Amino acid sequence: MYTSIRALFNRTVVSIAIASAVIVTPLQAEETKTLVFSAIPDQDESALKARFGIVADYLSKTLEVPVKYVPVKSYAAAVTSFRNDQVQLAWFGGLSGVKARLLVPGAQAIAQGEEDPNFHSYIIAHHSTGLKVSEDFPKGIEGKTFTFGSKGSTSGRLMPEFNIRENMGKGPEEIFKTVGFSGNHSRTVTLVESGAYEVGAVNFKVWDKMVEEKKVDTSKVSAIWKTPAYPDYQWTIRGDVDAKWGEGFTEKVKQALLAMDDPKLLASFPRKSFIAATNEDFAPILNTAKELGLVD
Amino acid sequence: MTKPSFQHSRRWTLSWCFVAIAAVCLLFADIRITTYDPWTELGRLFSGLLNLSTVGLDDLGFTLLQTVAFALLGVTLGSVCGLSLALIFHWRWVRIMCALLRSVHEIFWALIFLQFFGLHPLTGLLALAIPYTATFAKIYAEILEEGDLSALNVLAHGTGNISSFFYARVPDLYQHFKTYTAYRMECGLRSSAILGFIGLPTLGFSLSTSFMEGLYGQVWVLLILFYVLIATMRYWLRPSLLPLYLIASVFIVNNDTELSMTNISRFFTHDIVPAPIRNGESLASFWQWLSDLLMTQALPGIMNTLVLSQIALVASAICTLLLFPLVSKQFFGRFPRSVGHFFLVIMRSTPEYLLAYILLLMWGPSMLPAIVALALHNGAIIGHLVGRYSDELVMRQDASFGLNRYNYEVLPRVYGQFLAFLFYRWEVIVRETAILGILGVATLGFYIDSAIQEIRIDRAVVLIIITALLNLAIDMVSRRVRFWLRVKTDLSIR
Repeated sequence: MYTSIRALFNRTVVSIAIASAVIVTPLQAEETKTLVFSAIPDQDESALKARFGIVADYLSKTLEVPVKYVPVKSYAAAVTSFRNDQVQLAWFGGLSGVKARLLVPGAQAIAQGEEDPNFHSYIIAHHSTGLKVSEDFPKGIEGKTFTFGSKGSTSGRLMPEFNIRENMGKGPEEIFKTVGFSGNHSRTVTLVESGAYEVGAVNFKVWDKMVEEKKVDTSKVSAIWKTPAYPDYQWTIRGDVDAKWGEGFTEKVKQALLAMDDPKLLASFPRKSFIAATNEDFAPILNTAKELGLVD
Repeated sequence: MTKPSFQHSRRWTLSWCFVAIAAVCLLFADIRITTYDPWTELGRLFSGLLNLSTVGLDDLGFTLLQTVAFALLGVTLGSVCGLSLALIFHWRWVRIMCALLRSVHEIFWALIFLQFFGLHPLTGLLALAIPYTATFAKIYAEILEEGDLSALNVLAHGTGNISSFFYARVPDLYQHFKTYTAYRMECGLRSSAILGFIGLPTLGFSLSTSFMEGLYGQVWVLLILFYVLIATMRYWLRPSLLPLYLIASVFIVNNDTELSMTNISRFFTHDIVPAPIRNGESLASFWQWLSDLLMTQALPGIMNTLVLSQIALVASAICTLLLFPLVSKQFFGRFPRSVGHFFLVIMRSTPEYLLAYILLLMWGPSMLPAIVALALHNGAIIGHLVGRYSDELVMRQDASFGLNRYNYEVLPRVYGQFLAFLFYRWEVIVRETAILGILGVATLGFYIDSAIQEIRIDRAVVLIIITALLNLAIDMVSRRVRFWLRVKTDLSIR
């Protein structure tokens, strides 16, 4: 019994020591400042680290500062770490970028993919619904089960919801039997393919890539409608980076992104090339998000 | 002559009462089956078992270490703080505070801390330590209350409080503390793994990633490693090695995230302040904001949470009654029992979220996948406890066998304990419905998740407080019920 009391006592002391060590150690700041960037986890999460690892290497070489990529688990986590200055540069979607710039005054959109000013979403449907490809909005989706992608996604939530409201005059909750959120685009496709949900909304680039790579059985699920174009993904950088890494750093990062021409790097996004972007380019997204009550 | 009046036992009345409540809830629950082609995806899922793969899991060892390290540090911190609180647990405010802290799920604690600590190790550590402290305080206090006081009573007059506690109380109760703490360590491993779902570098991180993308070969590797980790716990988790493990854990969980006072103070002075007040609007618009939140989110959320958890509670009970004989010495020999144990370990270690997702593929979106996932998971946990309890029963030599033994010998003897376990678990089931909110069942968890995704922390905080109060209410009802039944849980397996 004596030993057990001592063990208990030891454990107490050790734990307190450890708890204080955990709290205190990281408070000692580092000397060299690393530029940390992140990206919203919209698809192919497992490959994100490998994909963005090479982008970090490229940026590090071009900018001559240490650059690190950190993976995050959700759109909100990407925005929150950007806001907390734990991430200074991020590859956001339209909606997450708008939110981030609202929360971090001075933050700027600096570059977007060549395809991003004209982005689309598809409405996809399981074959059992009998819905066919059409130019007009497929009003036959009424009464079906429906899944969005992530709650914070532009192409998987915001724009599909906007178009559904525009065309049906009602919200998704009133139109569909069930409304779900699959989490990301690849899951939306899988769930509709299995018929777990009859209809879904998905990013057109993700769908096209999955069809091309034969990751989806198009005899079971097909894209039946394409939304009108809207602006989507962009690179956003915090306004205080010049103060940290020197005058003109924002411009340097922008030029590095625009100059990215290695197909291997661009395939990470996947985009053909990057073009310049400004905060104003995303005003339509901000207005839509306000209309749907997703930002205050 | 009047017939002697017959009265059903309280257990009988209560059991049917809960079954009736669940039946009423079923009328309000959406339990349709709507899938058309589940077999393609299910085929991919199970063929993953034959194509185990570690491609893309390059940090596998690191991930496992992180999972164990967070669990060890969180549970240890929780048990130390819990013990201190247990000593003053007779103070009312301590009891209320613990009940409130306990009623918020680890995931929500972590989501809150993520807002201002980011991925600093404190996020994971506190997310585990806070609810565990509160649970430990309650159980340790109960252990102390029920312990033998004879040693304390013969101490010399004037013996100091601390000395008398360590010399007259601890030696007698140490074994109970140890057993319970070891049991919570297993829970801690599960919780730590699940925190990966929201971004901590534990097992859940890779698991949800592989799962989201349909890389089932990797999913199975991760799950199997996790099962092995839990099943072998009693071999590697030695009390004497604990200090060593704890020191190593500190280095494992440490990363280079910095704490920022700006972020912390912003959270408390800005983020959690309701939007209308923050923007300096009138009190009327604050009421508008609050009533909107209550009517459109909190109220439907509470309804769905209650409907789901009441059905899941009864379904868990049925599962338990079916499963516990598999691991009971009263029914099976050594080999069949180990098969039963194997099955139960798998059922209770697989995160409910994954179970529910697999069932969602099979049955389509309704409350059914969530109900069955909760029932299997909790049924396996309670089944394990009831099975262990039934091992202790001493039967007459001529006791019957098979179904008769189950119906007339074992069940009546374990039924009281079974109910006690079940009502302990009730509160946990309500908390777990939160996780399933993410799959689209609009429980309170669904609305909290939405608020966090929209970065409206003010709303999330209000909803979390409502969830905590709901749990508190359930906890109180459960305590009343247990008191009314006069059932007490065996100290060693609570």
